[in-house]
Amino acid sequence: MTRVRVTPGRVLFYLVLLVLTVIFVAPLLWMVSTSFKTNNDATALPLSWLPRPFTADAYSRVLTTASETPVLRWFVNSLAAGVGNTALIVAFDALAAYALARMRFPGRNLIFGVIVSTLFVPPFLFLIPNYLIVSRLGWLDSLLAVIVPSAGGAFGVFFLRQFFLSLPLELEEAALLEGANRWQIFTRIVLPLARPALATLTVLSFLTNWNDFVWPIYVLFNPAHETLPAGLGTLQNAATTNYPIMMAGAVVASVPVIALFIVAQRHVIQSVAHSGLKG
Amino acid sequence: MAVTDARSAPARAAPGGREPSRGGVRRGGLLTPYLFLLPYLVLFVGFVLIPGVFGFWVSLHDYNYLLPGKPWVGFGNYVDLFTPGSRDSGDFWRAMAATGIFTVLSVPLLLVCPLAVALLLNRTFPGRSFFRAVFFAPYVLGVAVVGVLFRFILDPNIGLVNYYLGHPFPWTTAVPWAWVSLVGMTVWWTLGFNAIIYLAGLQDIPVELYEAARVDGASRWDEFWNVTLPGLRPVLMFVLTVTILASANMFGQSYLLTHGAPGTTTRTAIMLVAQTGFGSNRQGVAAAMSYILAVVLMAVSVLNIRLLQRREGS
Repeated sequence: MTRVRVTPGRVLFYLVLLVLTVIFVAPLLWMVSTSFKTNNDATALPLSWLPRPFTADAYSRVLTTASETPVLRWFVNSLAAGVGNTALIVAFDALAAYALARMRFPGRNLIFGVIVSTLFVPPFLFLIPNYLIVSRLGWLDSLLAVIVPSAGGAFGVFFLRQFFLSLPLELEEAALLEGANRWQIFTRIVLPLARPALATLTVLSFLTNWNDFVWPIYVLFNPAHETLPAGLGTLQNAATTNYPIMMAGAVVASVPVIALFIVAQRHVIQSVAHSGLKG
Repeated sequence: MAVTDARSAPARAAPGGREPSRGGVRRGGLLTPYLFLLPYLVLFVGFVLIPGVFGFWVSLHDYNYLLPGKPWVGFGNYVDLFTPGSRDSGDFWRAMAATGIFTVLSVPLLLVCPLAVALLLNRTFPGRSFFRAVFFAPYVLGVAVVGVLFRFILDPNIGLVNYYLGHPFPWTTAVPWAWVSLVGMTVWWTLGFNAIIYLAGLQDIPVELYEAARVDGASRWDEFWNVTLPGLRPVLMFVLTVTILASANMFGQSYLLTHGAPGTTTRTAIMLVAQTGFGSNRQGVAAAMSYILAVVLMAVSVLNIRLLQRREGS
């Protein structure tokens, strides 16, 4: 049996790794631990890492529909917004990206050029005008405001077009020769081949929408209409600060994205990694 | 484009198949490409293209969407913002300074710390992908969860940080502490994002370069300066650009952690744009503010690229 040699360098390496891990994990553990405390326990000195007594009271207050802190309602809103927005992005961007990647038509380069150039515009520039447009459409304080506008973003079109261009042409050409039309080629050949890219875009779009903060806090007003991040913000600003309830809300907001991250870790990390190599 | 490989033979013989005429790519009606583009373009034009221009139009008016009259003021809003002592110029340049201070403090840390973590993770050891996931996880949580969590942890009286430090540091209510917490929280939140990009860049550096350096008797330190850093150059540029953009966009951290305190010291430009545009319904001034910030940001980006290119040339 060969044993790993213990060198000073290796010890130092694991020590640094351990300290870093504590820095990254401790706040999250504190969040979970506090969410199972009573409010007295959460603020009592000396602080304790274990809830005494252990109670799921904060969750039962947060997860009932009729409460002053409608976290469950926000959760449902966020889920609806995330799913709706992601569906729009993936469907519309795939259609547009396919046309831009594979069809020749007058104006293609101009259209693609304009779409790509907006990738470099800082997003805050759209804050005020989009608010005015959304208000004109009557979408203020409605989920439509957090579902539709951000689906106009250029990233997905750019990302999927790059992927479609990397697919081999032969399959599509063979299908054309067999008399398949564009729609059939798109749905039966291109989309199945593009599954990894579509999965990546789905995960990234959902995460972005789920975590969006500055837009929902201003376009949604009614407490029952808010998304989870916006709701957490108002919860914190409320005069009565109940830490277990706030942490329970934060945990509820974290669970879906952490779960999604664990399931789709490869997609998330690879897409972030490749965003750097493109640049 | 004629298809010549074997697969096309049965295809051509397929019953009912149309004769291949002008080559594969250009098939279908003239309208087909536009129909594919239409759904996306409606949203793109409506929520990206039009707002981009409409925002500028708004900034040329004394615009309040609740009032019937929106008088044209030309560049009046811009002139006011550049005139010392006018209604908004003090607040605006304080907010720009806050964004600037935050950017100057956070960008170097967000360039160096993630690189250190990426170098650490670039070795082979058991559990490597687990640690990679741990360091990336905070980014997935979003600013609202992280902000609420840090507000609690940094509470002067019952916060975890002061409990272990044994001193009631005013992390959220006084400078410089507020800057330390805003920057610290941002590093904790987004370190993993930059580290993943670095890591991919590190893995793209050819192993042969390291082997050659070792043959030449280079130390680890020499290797880092002469192989790793030059190899990471394009990635570094990308990380720098993205990080500056993210810092200039800073909103959630101040909104949740310090509420702009003390006073309006940590109120960032985006926060002021939102307060002016949504809080007091003065969309004209708010739009002008965001256009000025965008121009400053573009100037910084151009300057960055110039500086980095010049260093490359020398």
